[in-house]
Amino acid sequence: MAKKTTTKKPSGKKTTKKAAGAKSSGGASTKTPPRPKTAHRAARDEHTAGRINQLADGVVAAALTNTEPEFQVPTRAASNTRWDKKAGILRMGDAANTRQLFNLGQARKFMQTLIHSNGIINLIEQNKTSSLRGMFYAGLHTIEGTKEKTFDDQTESDTILEDLEVTLGSLREELHVFAKKRGTMVGNITVIDNGDEINCRRMGTGGYGIPSICEPDILQFKNVQADFVLHVEKDTVWQRFNEDRFWEKHNCILTEGSGQPPRGVRRLLHRLNKEHNLPIYCLLDCDPWGHYIYSVIKQGSISLAFESERLAIPDAKFMGIRAMDYDRCELSDDVKIDLNDRDIQRAKQIAAYPWFKDHKGWQKEIKRMLDNGFKMEVESLITKDISYVTEEYVPARLKAEDWLD
Amino acid sequence: MAKKAASKQRATAETMAAKQREISVSEFFAKNRHLLGFDNPRKALLTTVKEAVDNALDACEEAEILPDITVVIEDLQPDRPASAKSSKYRVTIADNGPGIVRKQVEHIFGRLLYGSKFHRLKMSRGQQGIGISAAGMYGLLTTGKPMVIHTRTSPKAKAHHIELAMNTKTNRAEVTVDTETDDFPPARFRELTAGTRELALGGEFLPVSIYATGTSVTVELEGQYRRGRGSVDEFLELTAIANPHARIVFVPPTKAAGGGADDEDGPTLAPGASESGGVKPDSAVAPSHLEALAATNTTEHKGVIIYPRGTAELPPETQEIMPHPKGIELGMLLQMLRDSEHDQKNPTIASFLSDRFSRVSPATASKLCADAKIPVRTKVGAIDHAKAEALFKAMQATKLPNPPTNCLAPIGVKTMLAGMVKGVQAEFYTASTRVATVYRGRPFLIECAIAFGGNLPGDQSARVIRFANRVPLLYQQSACSSFKAVTETAWKNYGLQQPRGGAPVGPLVVMIHMASVWVPFTSESKEAIADYDEIRKEMKLALQECGRKLGQYVRRRQRMKREGEKRDVFERYIGEIAKACHAITGSEIEQVYNALLEQARARTEIADAQLDEEGRFIKDEHGRLAKDDDVVIIGDNGKPVIAPADLPDKPRPEGSGPTKPKSNPTKSDPPTPAARKKKKVVKKIAKKRQTKPTGAALFGDD
Repeated sequence: MAKKTTTKKPSGKKTTKKAAGAKSSGGASTKTPPRPKTAHRAARDEHTAGRINQLADGVVAAALTNTEPEFQVPTRAASNTRWDKKAGILRMGDAANTRQLFNLGQARKFMQTLIHSNGIINLIEQNKTSSLRGMFYAGLHTIEGTKEKTFDDQTESDTILEDLEVTLGSLREELHVFAKKRGTMVGNITVIDNGDEINCRRMGTGGYGIPSICEPDILQFKNVQADFVLHVEKDTVWQRFNEDRFWEKHNCILTEGSGQPPRGVRRLLHRLNKEHNLPIYCLLDCDPWGHYIYSVIKQGSISLAFESERLAIPDAKFMGIRAMDYDRCELSDDVKIDLNDRDIQRAKQIAAYPWFKDHKGWQKEIKRMLDNGFKMEVESLITKDISYVTEEYVPARLKAEDWLD
Repeated sequence: MAKKAASKQRATAETMAAKQREISVSEFFAKNRHLLGFDNPRKALLTTVKEAVDNALDACEEAEILPDITVVIEDLQPDRPASAKSSKYRVTIADNGPGIVRKQVEHIFGRLLYGSKFHRLKMSRGQQGIGISAAGMYGLLTTGKPMVIHTRTSPKAKAHHIELAMNTKTNRAEVTVDTETDDFPPARFRELTAGTRELALGGEFLPVSIYATGTSVTVELEGQYRRGRGSVDEFLELTAIANPHARIVFVPPTKAAGGGADDEDGPTLAPGASESGGVKPDSAVAPSHLEALAATNTTEHKGVIIYPRGTAELPPETQEIMPHPKGIELGMLLQMLRDSEHDQKNPTIASFLSDRFSRVSPATASKLCADAKIPVRTKVGAIDHAKAEALFKAMQATKLPNPPTNCLAPIGVKTMLAGMVKGVQAEFYTASTRVATVYRGRPFLIECAIAFGGNLPGDQSARVIRFANRVPLLYQQSACSSFKAVTETAWKNYGLQQPRGGAPVGPLVVMIHMASVWVPFTSESKEAIADYDEIRKEMKLALQECGRKLGQYVRRRQRMKREGEKRDVFERYIGEIAKACHAITGSEIEQVYNALLEQARARTEIADAQLDEEGRFIKDEHGRLAKDDDVVIIGDNGKPVIAPADLPDKPRPEGSGPTKPKSNPTKSDPPTPAARKKKKVVKKIAKKRQTKPTGAALFGDD
């Protein structure tokens, strides 16, 4: 992963698909091949299948040479993430856990990993994709001669798939597994989703459901005319903006991520930012949760640190709601929601994040919120006027270039 | 009342004197029969059997004959209503002892407090000379039938047939029948049931060759036969454990009173003995230990229970000893001085001391005299009360060696182990014999054995089986010094649970034996050992010795159990892994499965391990066998894997021992019967999991 180049030219991606595919298959011979970001699907599948074969071969070889079968699972934990200040993203460290068969706490996971590996091979062979839940059912059966099931619930199965992603160094989509679809888009853009052309200017009230896999070979951008992307926290706010045709007036793309944005939404934003140089503005609640969503969009998350380079948008901007907006917008007392102990604790944790720690603006912002003693949702602006946020608040911020980054 | 007394005196000294007379000991005990163990019909039946068996064993041992004892209980009212609490029984105990000289018969069976054992300091079962005559008296009181005695003292002589009834007023027997007969042992018993008939044909029931001399005593009495705790069955079973040199045959009545089926007293030790209906224990149910030790285990043949002989070694002959100076009181010293004056022609005090006491040498005698300021040549007759008191004080103040211990015949570690292995189905046995010590100047020694695990119930309090001079004590457990010692021992240190102030809880049988020239019973019925500090302390020390070994074993077993569970987990997943690898890489399922299985077994090897007496894992069980003599561990094949090399009559462990799966890496999933059983045992201990995938099941669908 460290080998991967971080500077990518957004233009010409579509045309270099073949070349990149060749590059990736060539790299597969080395131990840690560069991730075939834009590779052709077949080459990508070959790579994934190769990695799984390596894994299984290792187990068989260990078994036949009377050594303990084991493999390395990179650690997905805060302790194994480091802040790459230069790139402005979270990166996964080198720490890895050894998963051993003859370890009481790991034997079951070891078995589950192999079952899912086999499941993925099956998906690749049939050229199908499956959901997390689908994978759970595909791997689910009773262990012969016992009453024990291979998986107790989907959570157990999901963890194994996440482990497999990092173990194989393959993305989830490369494993032919997708997550539940979440997030919506509308705006001045046309996309080609698995061959179907979708004009996001004509999506009615519902918008375009952002798929969980937004890789270039599935989703291509066409006719990107927007000047920026406005990402809002949740559907209710997004509806307001869509109804007010905000994207039309301000020539932008409007997205929402239903809270913490899933990786499909983050990947889409990342690509729009990298490939089309569109600035990303986030309109989130003024509370620790909102700040954390911004942090994840900007730097990446701990659990997906190994994908930060593909997901994080270091120059994403935080437009609001700001702690000062209570005074600035002259909001009424009714919008205040008291910070509870957990909120305060969380806010202090966020303030201590390395990327916020030395950021005066953010230190001030969080301090102000703590001094206020209350949080505010985006919807609180409705107390001024139903369309205050679309007609006055956001345009004013855009005009004044007033945001945190 | 006072008025009345004033007006007329109710009794005068003279009128009272007219009523005052000697009370015969028989009368006393006839009224106070509970003192002798005849409080209720069930106990009366037991006490009768017990007294007769004790006498039989004592007689055989004194005559150096390997005891063969037959106990027959006949129900004389088999048609009584089911609700009847008791019934009339005819109890016969026959032995192959030396027999009884004709003129002694009346005294032995017809008088209370008549016997050979009261006046001596020697270890024997009987002590007081009450037992069997009391049983006869009880029978006479409840049924009016006299006692019937057959005895033959020489194979060539005719046997005597005597019937006698005790006159309680005179404490003398009245003989009603006195004939000579050739019918010994009485042929009638051989025809009693189908079982006895068949056994007699095989020479296993009252064979004339073995019962060439001997005695049989028959008492008819009101009793109740019910199995369970405190029953005749339990008594005989425990007697067999403590006396493995004896062979005991028991013919129980055909019908148990009060419905023997609802046996709320819990099972007895050996299932064979508690199984009613004369059915042989089902071999499918019987644990493998039983089959392996079948030669020495209790068997049942059509209702006749046979407790076989476990060893052909008689207990060593015990010596009679003189009293120890520390064990006497002043009054006893005075009495001894008076007796000596008359019997021994007034010896000097020095020779009196060295002759009539143990551990008093002539030198010690001189010292005692010097301490008491009595010239050594003083005649015994010249010792007055004051001088005797000075002498007594000198005796107490002087340091003396403990009394000799050759008067004691411990059961011995090996014999106890043999008895426990025979009677208790467990997996771990250990025993310890303390060195002899002294209470009140009387030598005694404590022995203890422990059986643990196996088929013993794990959720109940440990069972304590108590013995005094090899006689099982069945009643008044909580009053007994031995039980107190058990509750005072900290069993938690040995990996067992123990409620505060109670016996430990777990699959445990504790055997405690006190051997002494005079066992201090709490009552004449000899049910509990009096709680002397010295005795209890010795008991605790013996228990701790065994407990430490048990603790080591339990801890190791827990580790084995953990390893076994671990192996279970690994083995469960290996099949899945082999299949997945096959699907991904096309590797041979069976080959990968077996290779991984080998690894799993090798990594959890401890689960297969056998333990030595200190709980260490042994690789070379033959090396251990030569050394150890106080631990028996029953392996999964039902054979002892650890045992004293010369454990009497034990089947030798056959070389194989634990089967190491490592030995055969290419064979497909080879759980040998032994290995499979190991799993079973581990599983039994562990939480019951599902059965493991066998090789066949795994590969069947491929």
